[in-house]
Amino acid sequence: MQWETVIGLEVHVQLATRSKIFSGASTAFGAEPNSQACAVDLGLPGVLPVLNEQAVAMAVQFGLGIHAEIPEVSVFDRKNYFYPDLPKGYQTSQMYHPIVGPGEVEITLEDGATKRIRVHHAHLEEDAGKSLHEDFHGMTGIDLNRAGTPLLEIVSEPDMRSAKEAAAYLKAIHSIVTYLGISDGNMAEGSMRCDVNVSVRPRGQASFGTRAEIKNVNSFRFVERAIAFEVERQIELLEDGGEVVQETRLFDPERDETRSMRTKEQANDYRYFPCPDLLPVVLDRAYVDHLRDTLPELPADKRARFQDQLGLSAYDAGVLSASREMAEYFEAVKDACGDPKQAANWVQGELSGALNREGLPIQDSPVSATQLGGLIARVMDDTINGKAAKQVFQALWNGEGGGDANSADEVIEAKGLKQVTDTGAIEAMIDQVIADSPAQVAQYRDAEPDKRGKMVGYFVGQVMKASRGTANPQQVNALLKEKLDALC
Amino acid sequence: MHDKTLTELAAGLAAGEFSSRELTQALLARIDRLDGDLNSFISVTPEQALDAADQADAARAAGNAGPLTGVPLALKDIFCTQGVKTSAGSKMLDTFVAPYDATVVEKLRAAGTVSLGKTNMDEFAMGSSNENSFYGPVQNPWDRAAVPGGSSGGSAAAVAAGLVPAAMGTDTGGSIRQPAAFCGITGLKPTYGRVSRYGIIAYASSLDQAGPMARTAEDCARLLTAIAGHDLRDSTSVARGVPDYTEELAAPLAGLKIGLPREYFGEGLDPTVESAVREAIGVFETLGATVREVSLPHTHFAIPAYYVIAPAEASSNLSRYDGVRFGHRCDAPADLTDLYKRSRAEGFGEEVKRRILIGTHTLSEGFFDAYYKKAQQVRRLIRQDFLDAFDEVDVLMGPASPTPAFDLGAKKDPVSMYLQDIYTIAINLAGIPGISVPAGIVGGRPIGLQILGTHFAEARLLNVAHQFQQATDWHLRRPALAEETL
Repeated sequence: MQWETVIGLEVHVQLATRSKIFSGASTAFGAEPNSQACAVDLGLPGVLPVLNEQAVAMAVQFGLGIHAEIPEVSVFDRKNYFYPDLPKGYQTSQMYHPIVGPGEVEITLEDGATKRIRVHHAHLEEDAGKSLHEDFHGMTGIDLNRAGTPLLEIVSEPDMRSAKEAAAYLKAIHSIVTYLGISDGNMAEGSMRCDVNVSVRPRGQASFGTRAEIKNVNSFRFVERAIAFEVERQIELLEDGGEVVQETRLFDPERDETRSMRTKEQANDYRYFPCPDLLPVVLDRAYVDHLRDTLPELPADKRARFQDQLGLSAYDAGVLSASREMAEYFEAVKDACGDPKQAANWVQGELSGALNREGLPIQDSPVSATQLGGLIARVMDDTINGKAAKQVFQALWNGEGGGDANSADEVIEAKGLKQVTDTGAIEAMIDQVIADSPAQVAQYRDAEPDKRGKMVGYFVGQVMKASRGTANPQQVNALLKEKLDALC
Repeated sequence: MHDKTLTELAAGLAAGEFSSRELTQALLARIDRLDGDLNSFISVTPEQALDAADQADAARAAGNAGPLTGVPLALKDIFCTQGVKTSAGSKMLDTFVAPYDATVVEKLRAAGTVSLGKTNMDEFAMGSSNENSFYGPVQNPWDRAAVPGGSSGGSAAAVAAGLVPAAMGTDTGGSIRQPAAFCGITGLKPTYGRVSRYGIIAYASSLDQAGPMARTAEDCARLLTAIAGHDLRDSTSVARGVPDYTEELAAPLAGLKIGLPREYFGEGLDPTVESAVREAIGVFETLGATVREVSLPHTHFAIPAYYVIAPAEASSNLSRYDGVRFGHRCDAPADLTDLYKRSRAEGFGEEVKRRILIGTHTLSEGFFDAYYKKAQQVRRLIRQDFLDAFDEVDVLMGPASPTPAFDLGAKKDPVSMYLQDIYTIAINLAGIPGISVPAGIVGGRPIGLQILGTHFAEARLLNVAHQFQQATDWHLRRPALAEETL
């Protein structure tokens, strides 16, 4: 039987607010346990939450970024359950009236095609603390620094049909939230976490199969692996005549498998009800319009502009708009050198190669965008040739040259890499090479005229060598031919 | 000094007749001597009180005294007070020392008042007799066999016994007004949102409101002026200016339109209470007010709606008492579930457990719409009843409680206890203010007249209550215990 996979994602994004969603405590990652938990985060008797306006603004920005409906009123609800790292015994979340309504996210597939994934809604909630099971001699330690960190939970429709699509969707969400600057998107630090709903059905069947929810899928790679495992598990189960039970499963990246956590029957009844300590959030139209007007350009728009206005290929536009940092770097290079295609080639070629070798993200590139732009400008105005340009790039990478747009010029000057275009100087070098190569000249003269073209290469190499790579190769070529042919 | 009202004491302090230290010492001595069986305090804090009194005296000497500087009072043990045990009347919090001050406490400190300690209360403010306290019941100073009312029973008894001139209470379904009525004092529940809830241990968040309990409406006006106002730490507090509530006290009542809710004079009302209340209303007529009957047609839904909404919120609010971070923790828990189960089973009293169970049930999947949602719809109807009534009249009047204080141990059945709050509970559901003023004494036990106004009509209520107190002396009557001098 042919099986079709159906996938929906719940993505939790930690919002990059300075303070927590309902208290003034800091949200910075990595502090001493419990040093960033105030009375409100600890759930002390008598404390009350106060909503962080920045979290609201960020959620709305996300909604606008996915062209979602932004309801005028949203409401916080309490999700009640007991857990040691949940200080109040309830999580303040939004069940019935989320802040972001239905929207959609465009993903790009490997073949370059695009697909729209619908977002059911996105809601604001508070993160829980962390339970630490190591180093406490059989007891559990609780760190409440994370408790109260604002989360935006983005719930997709079951619109994805493969692990690749799910990964592409997650990347698209990552790219949107980082473009908006509403999250650092750091999956390793838990800034973005993902639960995956997976089911399979015979191809052609309209109704969905029973789904399993996989928790703890916290990297792009894990999403693909977890889905791959789960799909195989479910298909095997069905083909053996079994049934998929609705349950929550945990992905174990070490063993590359999912394990049952709890079935539907064991699921908590969260007893949601509106939080009486918080007023409904009422969004003024003018406020939403202001956020819309000040929204930065998002990946999909940027990609379109790179293609339509800068004349880049679909592939280049996709790569260069994939992350905010990449796009910003590329655009700065383009502005500095004035040529989008050259900028695109250099960023994806020499620069990306060097970054990959060193394992550096583009924002940590030793060569700044203005430096690279300055370098490309010198190639374009024929100050240096391509070979010298690579030398200059390497020098800039190693920290030579000043820090600004003139860095390339300084390196060119210091290394004497300026292209020689003075015909007299080139002719002198050619004459010297011809004089030093009587055997090769003889061969050239004896060859059939139509074979001679290929033989020029040797002399070009010698002249370039003599010029330490600075001679203009086109000029060298032309003059050499002239002089050699004159000898025939 | 103990027989003076807060207003008189403030005047005496201002005139230099006595210092705050002298006053504080005198009252601490009375508490020490008289509060044994009365049991109105859970914690008395003499050291902090004398420090605060000295600071108040120093401020006065420096010319920095405000209207309440040096005035002693007490706080219901539901207000978090930094460095002082804050128990909410529960074993669960018997060891809990609050690391911060509630906004009300902060404001009272800033006003220079001197807290003598924390008063007894029904556990987590759940009760109408103060018999649900982990620290034992409180006696009614008028009749030691009677309850003082609840849940702010300790505050009411302490004021009535002349241990403090005023005390802070909280009122979720009548917890200021009913004990004020039972103890013959004046107690005001402000409009929901008028006073910050920050630092008040939550029972039912959408209903809880703090207010003053004192001898007179004038005393309550002074205290409300000090504690009211918007608080950035309480999103449900209302951004609205705070007047000086004493300014309108003297306004004459000629032309005042009084409504008597038909439903508040029906079945279940003790005839002695009814006649005292009707007599009090007659006094208003002599002051130039007109009286007419009005109807609050959804009154009979108030108790059922309250006992859905309040326990639902409570079941969630009390989840934080899990033995993990603070409060009672059972000995040697076997595992996490055991820790939760035993800590909560041991830490909470019976009534609290009952309401947690009710609330947990009504919020459960499949029951939410039938209970919680329906109760919220009823709540809107009840609110509308009051708004409609206030289109026609300025204030509503009726009994604060269907009976005078009942005997300790008399009400064993929880529902009969719940019915005690029949005249007070709808006021919390509607969010409007209400005040109870002494209006008679039957069989040695006081009767309270309840006066209700529309949202933020506190100044009007205090004016009406004050004018009544200018024309009557029920608020000046003291139980024998209060007459006792050392």
